[in-house]
Amino acid sequence: MNPISQSMQKEEKSNSRREFLKKLPVLAVGAAALGGCSPEEIEEYFQQNFKTLSKEEKEEIVKNLEKKYSEKYGKEFTVSDTPATDGILFGYALDLSRCIGCRKCVYACVEENNQSRDPQVHWIQVLQMEKKKGIDLVHADIHYNPEKVPEEGHFYMPVQCQQCRNPQCVSVCPTKATWQDEDGIVVVDYNWCIGCRYCMAACPYGARHFNWGEPNIPDEEINPITHYLGNRPRTKGVVEKCTFCIQRVREGKYPACVEICPTGSRKFGNLLDPDSEIRYILENKRVLVFKEELNTQPKFYYFFGV
Amino acid sequence: MNINLRSEKSRKSDITLFICNFKIILFSCIFLFFNSCSRDNSIIEGNEENRTLPEIMRSDVINQGDSLYAVKAPPFSEDIFPCSGCHADEEPNPNRRQLVDMHDDIDAIFSHDRENRWCLDCHSIDTRDSLKLASGKLIGFDESYKLCGQCHGDKLRDWKVGIHGKRTGEWNGKKQYLLCVHCHNPHSPKFKAIKPLPPPVQQKDIQL
Repeated sequence: MNPISQSMQKEEKSNSRREFLKKLPVLAVGAAALGGCSPEEIEEYFQQNFKTLSKEEKEEIVKNLEKKYSEKYGKEFTVSDTPATDGILFGYALDLSRCIGCRKCVYACVEENNQSRDPQVHWIQVLQMEKKKGIDLVHADIHYNPEKVPEEGHFYMPVQCQQCRNPQCVSVCPTKATWQDEDGIVVVDYNWCIGCRYCMAACPYGARHFNWGEPNIPDEEINPITHYLGNRPRTKGVVEKCTFCIQRVREGKYPACVEICPTGSRKFGNLLDPDSEIRYILENKRVLVFKEELNTQPKFYYFFGV
Repeated sequence: MNINLRSEKSRKSDITLFICNFKIILFSCIFLFFNSCSRDNSIIEGNEENRTLPEIMRSDVINQGDSLYAVKAPPFSEDIFPCSGCHADEEPNPNRRQLVDMHDDIDAIFSHDRENRWCLDCHSIDTRDSLKLASGKLIGFDESYKLCGQCHGDKLRDWKVGIHGKRTGEWNGKKQYLLCVHCHNPHSPKFKAIKPLPPPVQQKDIQL
């Protein structure tokens, strides 16, 4: 062996030793951090993005979650992973001429989707605006609280996730923790959300909400029928949003806000079905989308029923 | 003597009430049977698109034909129906007048084109347990939407396709329709203002 190659070999050797020594503290810290975790927690920590999981892996994860939640909340939990069905694109329409601003939808949503009661998270915000000013966000009020609604000279515009076809929240997410599923619902994998809140900054509708504190829901009020990408219990530090009640609509039911609305202002259906309620509205009523100029292309439409 | 008379009357009304309840149950049974038959047919005939959907999402037949709306029973106030329970013994008076003693509560709130209309424009004078269309045709209280639709045709059209009014159930399957009178008092149809649920917490009051 010539001297040059010998010295190179030596250098390589020392390099690899040096590399190993350099990595040692990192490994030590990592090991210490994971040392206190149970095997399930370690598995959950290294869990792949939900979109890339196989059917078997999803089943396993869902089963573990059901067990975990059932133990934590003391009742039988179901965590569904029902995927989107071909030929369905969900759309929503809200009748601005009929909404009376009673906020029943806000609280039906909180209950159905296990939003934190304290600190408070509301996926739906109802804006009160003056009829003579039209849709004027500068003067809109979400804290209105009169004796009775509707108030003279005012109209009400509930705002929630607009389920954009061109969702800015999705394009800014650095971890691909949020995406638009095949049926048009923009969903969040809470396990992959790192809480950077870029999506909240990108959303022009204020539709995304951050868990600043550990979510607080009384055990007896928790809704145990959940979907992995929807209303399953969240943790501190993740972003959440309206999913059109993914756990309901993928099983054929109307969203909770549609079911509760006392004026029947809220309409929901399949945009690809020409006989659906939603298509009738788009074809026969005066329809607008909120902040059209931003080219977010919402699948949430506002219309005038009269 | 007087007391005896009254108790006999109330017994009589009890019997008619029972018969009427029985009728309603019978009607709903027939309706359910008819409805389930049609649903089966739709599944047999199901087109390609329907077949790819889970069964729960298949279209129902709610919008086909006039008599197939899955609507809830009318919301009567207690002990008021059947109307013939009381009216059978009364001499009908076709003259327009202010009501005293009976139904004065309805008279007090009546604001459904009060100037031009009164009871017998919608209620039949001879067959008290029926409503009356402008054509003179009698209809049951469970079809009252036809009566409303005589004037509010645009609303009826929207209601049939599920735009006016509230639907519950399945977005692509069985739906529950409400009658006009479930939300609008037929004698005073304008929506009444209600108390809103509490506003969201102000940002300054959020405690972590």
